[in-house]
Amino acid sequence: MTNQEAIFEYCLRIGDTSLILGQRLAEWCGHGPILEEDIALTNISLDLIGQTRGFYDYACQVENKGRTEDDLAFLRNDRDYRNLLMAEQPNGDFGQTIFRQFLISSYYTLFFTALSKSNDETLAALAQKSLKEVNYHLRHSTEWMLRLGNGTEESARRMRTAVEELWMFTEDFFDMNDVDRILLQAGIGIDNSALRADWLHFAQDKMKEAGLLIPEKSFAIRGSREGKHTEHLGHILAEMQSLHRAHPGATW
Amino acid sequence: MKNDNWPLWEVFTQKRFGAPFEHAGNVHAPDKELALMNARDVYSRRNEATCIWVVPSDAITSSTPEDMGPFFEPSNDKIYRHPNFYKTPGASFE
Repeated sequence: MTNQEAIFEYCLRIGDTSLILGQRLAEWCGHGPILEEDIALTNISLDLIGQTRGFYDYACQVENKGRTEDDLAFLRNDRDYRNLLMAEQPNGDFGQTIFRQFLISSYYTLFFTALSKSNDETLAALAQKSLKEVNYHLRHSTEWMLRLGNGTEESARRMRTAVEELWMFTEDFFDMNDVDRILLQAGIGIDNSALRADWLHFAQDKMKEAGLLIPEKSFAIRGSREGKHTEHLGHILAEMQSLHRAHPGATW
Repeated sequence: MKNDNWPLWEVFTQKRFGAPFEHAGNVHAPDKELALMNARDVYSRRNEATCIWVVPSDAITSSTPEDMGPFFEPSNDKIYRHPNFYKTPGASFE
């Protein structure tokens, strides 16, 4: 694998994660618990779609086969997607959406901080730009997690359910394959596994503040690096891609 | 009617550093931190602000329509209250 091929794969991972999570959050549009939160969730969704465009654009450049952002988003099947498994998990209730956002945004805060020192200027710039947004997503989801975890009996119970539903997908964040090793060697990518300790420390602290415990027994579900997904991704793609596949190149 | 809504907060945004804060609208939120975040999401999504204030709506005392006469009309017929009768050296306004 060449560096270029590895960068392509790396950009897909990041772009696919933000696209799928953005699509998930967009499902809240018109369904938010209150108007203000409806707007907040869709704002975050739009931030994520914007990040996707940056990373897809660069992926298309390094691939150099004439594919466009739209081709990547709308004309790939689930096995070609490299998004973190966490991103495709269903919204559940508001608490579960918030907890999923907390887990991903806390990981991406560390990830983008490290990637902003990449030798690759484009990746470094994209990481720096995304970091500002992700910092806000983390602040928003953390504040809510604290309030729901320390809120009523019902809100605390729902947050505990969210932890049980989602914790098993966190190990998937830190896996490394050949793509990571090649790019780490070249000073382009980051040492993903090295983020784990810091992330765990941070997540554990904040969850504790919210009265939430990390499950003692939890098996890890992983495989996003190889395009192995949970059953949820196919459904998202079917909905997201149907219009483009029925009307190729449609614009409005 | 039962009111289950969260408290209301008035939102003021500052367009640029040093400029006066202007009333932007209001948001519902359970506390001040979330009020600030909601205000950010609702009123400064498109770069409209460099700083935001949120104030509990019930902390604001407003004059009422009935006050209009006694409050504001007296100044209408006293043009000597308006500084139009002298020129300030170097002033650019007329």
